[in-house]
Amino acid sequence: MGLGTAGIILPNLPAFSRTVSPEQLLEPGLDVAVKKRLADAALNAAKSKGATYTDVRIGRYLNQFVITREDKVQNIVNTESYGVGVRVIADGCWGFAAVVDAKNEADTAKAAETAVAIAKANAKLMKEPVQLASQKGYGEVSWKAPIQRNAFEVPIKEKVDLLLGVNDAALKNGANYVNSVLFMVNEQKYFASTDGTYADQDIHRIWPIFTVTAIDPKTGKFETRNALSAPMGMGYEYLQRNPVDKVTGITTRYNKGYDMLEDVTAAAKQARAKHAAKSVEAGKYDLVLDPSHLWLTIHESVGHPLELDRVLGYEANFAGTSFATLDKWKSKDFNYGSKQVNLIADKTQVGSLGAVGYDDEGVQTQKWDLVRDGTLVNYQAIRDQAHIIDEDHSQGCCYADSWSSVQFQRMANVSLEAGKTPLSVANMIKDVKKGIYIIGDGSFSIDQQRYNFQFGGQLFYEIKDGQIAGMLKDVAYQSNTQEFWNSCVQVCDASDYRLGGSFFDGKGQPPQSSAVSHGSSTTRFNGVNVINTARKI
Amino acid sequence: MTKKDMAILLTEAEAKALLTKVLSYSKADSCEVNLSGARRGNIRYARNEVSTSGALDNQLLGVQSAYGKKVGTATITEFDDASLEKVVRRSEELARLAPENSEYMGILGPQQYLKVNGFFDSIANLTPDARADAVAKSLKLTREAKLIGAGFMDDRNGYEAMMNSKGLFAYYPSTNVNFSLTVRTEDGKGSGYVARGYNDFTKLDPAVATRIALLKAQGSAEARAIEPGKYTVILEPTAAAVLLENIFFNMDARSADEGRSYFSKTGGKSRLGDKIVDERVTIYSDPTNAELPASPWSGDGRAQEKTMWIEKGVVKNLAYSRFWAQKQGKKAVPNPNNVIMAGGTQSLEDMIKSTQRGILVTKLWYIREVDPQTILLTGLTRDGTFFIENGKIKYPVKNFRFNESPVIMLNNLESLGKPERVVSTESDQNYLIPPMKIREFTFTSLSDAV
Repeated sequence: MGLGTAGIILPNLPAFSRTVSPEQLLEPGLDVAVKKRLADAALNAAKSKGATYTDVRIGRYLNQFVITREDKVQNIVNTESYGVGVRVIADGCWGFAAVVDAKNEADTAKAAETAVAIAKANAKLMKEPVQLASQKGYGEVSWKAPIQRNAFEVPIKEKVDLLLGVNDAALKNGANYVNSVLFMVNEQKYFASTDGTYADQDIHRIWPIFTVTAIDPKTGKFETRNALSAPMGMGYEYLQRNPVDKVTGITTRYNKGYDMLEDVTAAAKQARAKHAAKSVEAGKYDLVLDPSHLWLTIHESVGHPLELDRVLGYEANFAGTSFATLDKWKSKDFNYGSKQVNLIADKTQVGSLGAVGYDDEGVQTQKWDLVRDGTLVNYQAIRDQAHIIDEDHSQGCCYADSWSSVQFQRMANVSLEAGKTPLSVANMIKDVKKGIYIIGDGSFSIDQQRYNFQFGGQLFYEIKDGQIAGMLKDVAYQSNTQEFWNSCVQVCDASDYRLGGSFFDGKGQPPQSSAVSHGSSTTRFNGVNVINTARKI
Repeated sequence: MTKKDMAILLTEAEAKALLTKVLSYSKADSCEVNLSGARRGNIRYARNEVSTSGALDNQLLGVQSAYGKKVGTATITEFDDASLEKVVRRSEELARLAPENSEYMGILGPQQYLKVNGFFDSIANLTPDARADAVAKSLKLTREAKLIGAGFMDDRNGYEAMMNSKGLFAYYPSTNVNFSLTVRTEDGKGSGYVARGYNDFTKLDPAVATRIALLKAQGSAEARAIEPGKYTVILEPTAAAVLLENIFFNMDARSADEGRSYFSKTGGKSRLGDKIVDERVTIYSDPTNAELPASPWSGDGRAQEKTMWIEKGVVKNLAYSRFWAQKQGKKAVPNPNNVIMAGGTQSLEDMIKSTQRGILVTKLWYIREVDPQTILLTGLTRDGTFFIENGKIKYPVKNFRFNESPVIMLNNLESLGKPERVVSTESDQNYLIPPMKIREFTFTSLSDAV
């Protein structure tokens, strides 16, 4: 459906996760030779039971969350989950089985046999057999996220000190309350299939966030400001303060290095300043959207509607279908946006949440166009869907959130290409007569076919005759996907390009979570409908 | 059932024996152990055929050890003696390393719990074949009607138990099944939805449920666009639930006292005792309700009693952690395990009959909080929205986006119908909620989505 990023929440941990001590997270997982032996046992067992295709995922998933408020550490959570998932095609139908804590060949072979039995049972209800795009085997390969500092090797004390320091800065600068959290994830995944691929991968993600609250004792009102950080496919180096990663302006924003202390200091002052901000007058405005905001609009209005499984109806009962139907794509002239709009899917982008070497069905990751010069040109598809869009190969965007979950089509990093003509944010704002400059993501909602949406934000600045005229509040904009992207008139150049993203994007029944980045430069949209969200109660 | 299968679902005596053994390993000042086990089965289908099905057994044991106010927690999924002792030792190590938690309240002694029956053999004994048969009944109807069905059935048989070194013991077994279905017309112009939740599988009639979604799909095709604005609406319980639960989620005393929720007032006060909505609104929790049984204890061992949250429009209780209750000198009322809204006797048909001009909303989608100060929510109608004139449903209308607060909405109450058990399409929680007629509900824009 959507995202679980609103507010500071503790996500549901994958099934079978267990809490472990911090030191234990650094113990190496199984040796790659052992993993190959376990995988081969499953591949052979499935084949002997009649499977025509098999893949095996051996996964060790580590999470660490440090959760604080004001001067207290509320919780430190360490979890580890290890198991094996086997997926097969037998009698033309998919089957899947998973086993916790599988350490020997008998365990993985048994899971493979169960998967074949399920496939054969389900085959009776099947209308058409699975058509799997062919895939070459890569042999024994490996991929590691290019991190500089493994967050799991950083002592807990350093993390606690950072967050308590952040909280202290917030309180000293006008906040009444502050919550801060550090999320860290390490996926150690081994994939093997009957195509002849054995891929060993090491993936890292990090997300530092906070919410500051400022109360006005006179009015009894409260205002909040969330962190302008992005979840990243990086190690602890994301928390290094590096001047080259800072984008200065009306407030500082961050690229591949996040200064949490500086951001929280600004946040506390801005939450306080929101009390005195002007309540927006509803109407049409030109919007200047910062990448820390625009990522979410891209996610909801481009990423989701161009997932082929939604287009086909597989998500109809929950997440919904899509307005971007196959006939629109086949016409080759469906005008998704203006000529300035180029939207790219990319599973190879360095530092992004979606970057891996190989997806969860053994396909090397790629980069491809979704919308080129405003026209819809492609979707996101996996191996059993490729034939539907006349492709002979998968686009490599298959993912499962755990060894115990069945892999399925998930969103690649979907990003707006930077403008080719040199253009700075300052120069973009200079030309706006009546506009609003929006920074950071706020509330978000979109219909089940991805036409009508409404987005809020963290910071809103009024633009009058090319100048920033002060802070606004109670702002949300409503638009329609096609109309909105057609109102795009300018995209800043690559020097302003930054990633935002979702750490917990939900989809499927039972729901699975995935992490995905969305990049853009600051972008201008003309004449968008803005509503005032203040209510008297 | 194999021997390993049996071990997932422990009886009360087996759970007690296991927990006693775990506590016997403890060397800390105090120790508390939570235990759970569940077997889940599901079938997912789309485009009128089964897409995935699965079965998942899960068990978890969590140990919390404390030395003074230093607390450590560790969990484990393996239950052999060595693993049990290891998890106790690990929680003790973490407790020794932890900073003092000034808000730690210690563990409770033995408690008295209400008697609740939420366990039914019909789900405990459910076979994969019976699950498939139920789905087959639904698929048969959508296929015959030349409509397209996409659905999900998820059943669970499980238990929770806890024991601590002060002698507290609690055990609650329960079963439940959730079934949901979206039916669409082949041309994609109509869509209908149904969701059902029960503790007893014999109460689920997939054919009856399917017919509801099927009729809504057929009836919602060729929807007309009408102007957004303020309308009288009749919210079916499925639609009302996803708005009302945002009030329930905000009923935390600490946030209210700290000045950062709708339930806050100036000067560090809360709305406890204030009349906030129409006097016909009464919302309570009761673990013993036969239609919606719930565990009679909360995760920290506190007893769940029948509790009034809003009575005749007045806020009667907010939820308190044990720490906050002690600090404020209040009773430590835990967050409830179920929520029930009292209603009237009118049927949905009666409510439509008495409506001159209005809109019937059967489902809402993608609900998000826009302003926590007023619980202003946005979202859209979905899967069947109809125009009512002179007491009759006239025609389907295109979906709307709304911006509305459930608090304002319950002040604009016209009438309440008979409560029904519903499944929240946002949180998956089950509630008893009546259909309700509301005046001046705010729709802000139109959507082309079907």
